[in-house]
Amino acid sequence: MAISVDPPEVTREHLSKTGWTYTFLSDADAAVIRRYGLLHQGAGVDGKDIARPAELLIDPSGTVRWINLTGDLRVRARPEEVLQAFNQLSRGGMTSPEPR
Amino acid sequence: MATRRNFLPLAGFLICLVGFLSYFFLFARFPVTRDVPWANWLLFAAGLALAGAGISRAFRRPETYRGRVLGPVLGVLSLAVVGFFLFATLVATRQLPSSLNAPKVGEKAPDFTLPDSQGRPVALHDLVGPGKPWVVLIFYRGYW
Repeated sequence: MAISVDPPEVTREHLSKTGWTYTFLSDADAAVIRRYGLLHQGAGVDGKDIARPAELLIDPSGTVRWINLTGDLRVRARPEEVLQAFNQLSRGGMTSPEPR
Repeated sequence: MATRRNFLPLAGFLICLVGFLSYFFLFARFPVTRDVPWANWLLFAAGLALAGAGISRAFRRPETYRGRVLGPVLGVLSLAVVGFFLFATLVATRQLPSSLNAPKVGEKAPDFTLPDSQGRPVALHDLVGPGKPWVVLIFYRGYW
């Protein structure tokens, strides 16, 4: 599930081009981004506040189990890194379905 | 005696230009060449070496090769392209806020309800719960 300040219509266009099917949420006024401490003030076009890149894993209890805050916006978590973190964290204890 | 054309500074500059543009059009698509842009560094090294060789022979063998004016100009342009790339990838993209208030591991993820791409509201509290799958949450800058 992905969050940015993009409005739904921009995301819709992007999804129709890329064919991606996971959920994209629109945080137009960056309120949730701010609540998560991930605001990058004035970094968007026209000095708009946007999200700095970050990836989180949240377990079924709603607890953050893993977070990746890149130091360079060119460098993001790779899918295999997230899967590896998920596999390690979910192994002990309860069995869990694949992440969505 | 007629002097020969000295194509090396131009070739070096063009390779530096390709080294610059190829990051955005090609190498940034693949994590292995994106995170550390080594492919672009190799192209820059080749381009600067060619430009340097061309400038060198223009001055050391002026009776044979041309390029004592255009060579240094292209050399400076090549260095400018490389310098701009290094600044953009080593300095500019690292200007990120420190995010000290981001959730720590072990903390509850702050709840939210946001519209998806179809405008339907999606709430985090509906997605978590016993037996539900984990949630991967990605914050991204957006495409504006």
